[in-house]
Amino acid sequence: MEAKASGTGRLPAAFLTPGSSSFVDFLAAHDPGQLPGNRELPRVERAVEAPHGTTIVSAAYPGGVLLAGDRRATMGNVIAQRDIEKVFPADEHSAVGIAGTAGLAVEMVKLFQLELEHFEKVEGSQLSLEGKANRLSTMIRGNLGMAMQGLAVIPLFAGFDLDREKGRIFSYDVTGGRTEESGFAAVGSGSVFARGSLKKLYREDLTEEQAATVVLQALYDAADDDSATGGPDLTRRIYPIVVAITEDGFRRLAEDEVSGLAQAVYDGRLQLPDGPQAPLS
Amino acid sequence: MTTPFYVSPQQAMADRAEYARKGIARGRSVVVLQYADGIVFVAENPSRALHKVSEIYDRIAFAAVGKYNEFENLRIGGVRYADLRGYTYDREDVTARGLANVYAQTLGTIFSANTEKPYEVELIVAEVGPAPEDDQIYRLPHDGSIVDEHGSVAVGGSSDQIGSYMDQRHREGMSLGEALKLGADALGRDSNGGERTVTAEQLEVALLDRTRPQQRKFKRMTQRQVARLLEEQRGSAESGSEGAEPSSGDEGESEGDGAES
Repeated sequence: MEAKASGTGRLPAAFLTPGSSSFVDFLAAHDPGQLPGNRELPRVERAVEAPHGTTIVSAAYPGGVLLAGDRRATMGNVIAQRDIEKVFPADEHSAVGIAGTAGLAVEMVKLFQLELEHFEKVEGSQLSLEGKANRLSTMIRGNLGMAMQGLAVIPLFAGFDLDREKGRIFSYDVTGGRTEESGFAAVGSGSVFARGSLKKLYREDLTEEQAATVVLQALYDAADDDSATGGPDLTRRIYPIVVAITEDGFRRLAEDEVSGLAQAVYDGRLQLPDGPQAPLS
Repeated sequence: MTTPFYVSPQQAMADRAEYARKGIARGRSVVVLQYADGIVFVAENPSRALHKVSEIYDRIAFAAVGKYNEFENLRIGGVRYADLRGYTYDREDVTARGLANVYAQTLGTIFSANTEKPYEVELIVAEVGPAPEDDQIYRLPHDGSIVDEHGSVAVGGSSDQIGSYMDQRHREGMSLGEALKLGADALGRDSNGGERTVTAEQLEVALLDRTRPQQRKFKRMTQRQVARLLEEQRGSAESGSEGAEPSSGDEGESEGDGAES
């Protein structure tokens, strides 16, 4: 940006032009090369090999919503990283978890966080939860060119709606299509198995701790059947990341909390390897 | 054909400075004081919606007096500058010194450009550090100069009286309540030597609180919090006791709030 400033070192005119409260719009006008979606990609024959993040799950409970992700990133058949973090705070009252191309996803999250913070600072108030979800939609759509070449980023967005006083979950497709989920949701390669697990275990009246156990069970089931999803790594003490968003804001569950719950899930699986059994009728 | 008047450069600059100073002096003042846990901004501002004090970045805040549209423009420019810099490099790389420099260049260029009217604003850019000695406060007058300030500083209408009142009474390691009361009392001085009591309803108060666990250290105080702190301080001053730290308990209460409350 220094190079962009005029010779005097004063703020360039674009900085002082009244208008949009969106950082992405400002960047598009002032320095479009920095926007992830604006990069030209060379044509390639096959999909580009880059680390991919896998499963993210979310569950709402009275008074809040949980978002959790496993810790594995894969590149083809190789485990690229064992302790990757794929769940991030978006702002004080929302969080975003990402599946897909890890490098692009982390950049998108960084830009999304900044977009929300920028709006809050310029306007002096937070965006509504719907507004945040829509901004994320636009950003995914901006990545469509890369997604077509195999570098897709699919987030799961969860937040506490201060107006409606409840936790809400939004899932996205690769074109930026947005769907509000009721109760629970999962994205990523292990999401099929996680969703099956959530279906059987989820109830609407869970406490925060029970909901945390449910998402850990779902991640365990995803790891059980999907090679790209990592289970709790008890030997290296690497556990899924679980975050809670309530009226009081974003909170990442401490490692002892998660390790205790993950250990309990693991101990249960020593008796019943396929996990808790739901009643037949 | 008319011959243009000759105006000496000295006279031209003096006129522009006079113009800017008069504009600034019309507005109410803002004071900024260091206290033990950070920096407190106290502004006399009857409006709840139009702020004189705002957040720029994690550790940096902005205060301004003068013409609203001009300083609002500079504020948004500063937020864009800081966010872009943090996005390009790292959050650590956004500093008050860098921002103050950009503001100074901007104000200076506008002040000496004959095609633009000088901005009628005076700014303060402050950054809270890990310890009180790392705090930085910069005052930016209308002409593009930068003044590095310590302890306490006032800008706006009667800034001379207010500033000297604070200079005599400010000391290091004040509690939040003490600093707030000093700021509020100082804002009550006017240039004719008059005095009035500024109430919590007339104040806009914000903090850069280094003890805040969040990355963003900026926090607005609600009117209720301000009123309670001022009452405690004014009460203890009357009873003659040196209320050493009646404020420490109150600060933690709104910890969970977002930066904007």
